[in-house]
Amino acid sequence: MNEIVVAAGIGVLAASGVWLLLRPRTFQVVLGLSLTSYAVNLFIFATGRLRTGAAPIVPPSAGANPAAYADPLPQALVLTAIVIGFATTALLLVVLLAARGLTGTDHVDGREPDA
Amino acid sequence: MIPPEHLVVVPVVLPLAAGAAMLMLDERRVGLKAGIALAAALALVVAAAALAVRVDADGTQVYRLGDWAAPFGIVLVADRLSALLVLLAAVLGLASLSFALARWHRAGPRFHALHQFLLMGVSGAFLTGDLFNLFVFFEVLLAASYALALHGSGVVRVMTSLHYIAVNVAASLVFLVGIALVYAVTGTLNIADVALRVPAVAAADRALLEAGAALLGVAFLVKAGLWPLCFWLPGTYAAASAPAAALFAVLTKVGVYAVLRVSQTAFGDGAGASAGFGAAWVAAGGLATLAFGTVGMLASQDLPRIVSYGLVASSGTLLAAVGLRDEALTGAALYYLVASTLAASAMFLIAELMERGRAPGAQILAVTAEWLGDAEDNEAPERDVGVSIPGTLAVLGLAFASAALVLAGLPPLAGFLGKFLLLDALLGRAAPDAASWTMLGLLLASGLAAIVAFGRTGIRRFWAAQDEGVPRVRVVEFVPVALLLVACAVLTAEAGGAMRFLQDTARTLHAPGGYVERVLEVP
Repeated sequence: MNEIVVAAGIGVLAASGVWLLLRPRTFQVVLGLSLTSYAVNLFIFATGRLRTGAAPIVPPSAGANPAAYADPLPQALVLTAIVIGFATTALLLVVLLAARGLTGTDHVDGREPDA
Repeated sequence: MIPPEHLVVVPVVLPLAAGAAMLMLDERRVGLKAGIALAAALALVVAAAALAVRVDADGTQVYRLGDWAAPFGIVLVADRLSALLVLLAAVLGLASLSFALARWHRAGPRFHALHQFLLMGVSGAFLTGDLFNLFVFFEVLLAASYALALHGSGVVRVMTSLHYIAVNVAASLVFLVGIALVYAVTGTLNIADVALRVPAVAAADRALLEAGAALLGVAFLVKAGLWPLCFWLPGTYAAASAPAAALFAVLTKVGVYAVLRVSQTAFGDGAGASAGFGAAWVAAGGLATLAFGTVGMLASQDLPRIVSYGLVASSGTLLAAVGLRDEALTGAALYYLVASTLAASAMFLIAELMERGRAPGAQILAVTAEWLGDAEDNEAPERDVGVSIPGTLAVLGLAFASAALVLAGLPPLAGFLGKFLLLDALLGRAAPDAASWTMLGLLLASGLAAIVAFGRTGIRRFWAAQDEGVPRVRVVEFVPVALLLVACAVLTAEAGGAMRFLQDTARTLHAPGGYVERVLEVP
């Protein structure tokens, strides 16, 4: 049950993200990229297998059973990916504002399509 | 000075330290910043050359960050391919920096720091031994390149950068999904360790692994500019300021490098059921890219755009060669890679010098492809000081002709040797198939297209009536162009030595066992 909820969540986020990414307004593109990156981050998290109530840190006692613990590596990867995603989204927002200011439109091509 | 075993990490740490130091400095301290940047760029070339010599003599160098052994710790690995490409990036960095010092570095804030961070990201991507750090260094170089593409600002730069950033951020997300899938199946991210585990992957998981590898490939190929993932490339590179574009010439090679490294190491002949996975797609895509770049060169009217399509064509050539998985072909492709990158970089610089003397209107007339309609962004920063060289047009024309000859692959310079070696390797294949013949034909056609495109531009600029004004070119601006062209000439004169190095490179790439053993320290 858990798996279906997580998978459906990732799927909905990714689908919405991709749809927004293909929209013609720059702000929609930024939102689309953000949603897709949430989906990707959850996906990375899921590659460590879904566990509830398992700690990612193995105590130094001898004979610890790794199967009883969550995989810590995807968590570290997600952390890095989130930070990088924030930074690039911030940069993209600045460029978006610059483009809006310079062209006077928020269309991704810098001009309104000829009606 | 530096203990030789630490040489591997220098190309990453040095630009990082120099860039970080320059962030602390006020924007007004132009002279000091220029000094630091130039010293760092020179030191990087020296360090990269020393690294290449050391790797050639002692074999692959593994540097354990934090002294944890692979695959648990993070390693930097310098083999011949990495060392060669780091050196190439360092030379391009030095050339573009010294060009920018004449005037362009004043066109916007933080140019020097960004320039150093870009070099850091490129060096790191070439040197890293695991997939996730490859992603991190990709992001470092992309973040710096986003800002450098915007350097000088203006409508066209902002709009093309918007596309560039959106496409590459999306590609990075694909990259992450690929990494996650590979980790989920193999339980490791170290490229050498992945190579070890790929043959043993259960049949049920193999589809998942290959899906991951394919997604990684898509992410790399966006960077490399494979058709149909390359539509962002010509606009961005053509709009970028000359020193930035000259350095961007190496960015597509980072994508090609990543494809070559991961496919040859993890999906080479020793990969069991996954051997050669995706190679046919890369080869076919490479051929399509070569054709697209060729047509693009003919269709473009301004020089930076022609060179950008030239880069697309050269990416296509390299990817097709990588996809055909032939040792002799890989060696030849690497020679072509070095020669074409140097020449394309020089051509971006020459293009800016050539456009400089023209009346502003001439450019708008010449550019039909500008979809924005107003090209007012191209005003270069003022303050034209210093000695301009005499006989500017003659010197510039000579430089233009040399770079064009290399890019078109005509004798006597390195481009001809590169193409000749590629054709020779294609004909020398055990069983030349349809792909070989197609590539052979496309290579010749792209050479013809390049010479037509460059010839047209050259005639319009150098042989037309001289009412357009002679560009004022300072000696310091010509030095980097000369540096790049001399590097091409040296590559031609020392082709024997270079090919010995490159064939050794290709041999180690096609037999990745040694790489894997060195990284994992298999006794």
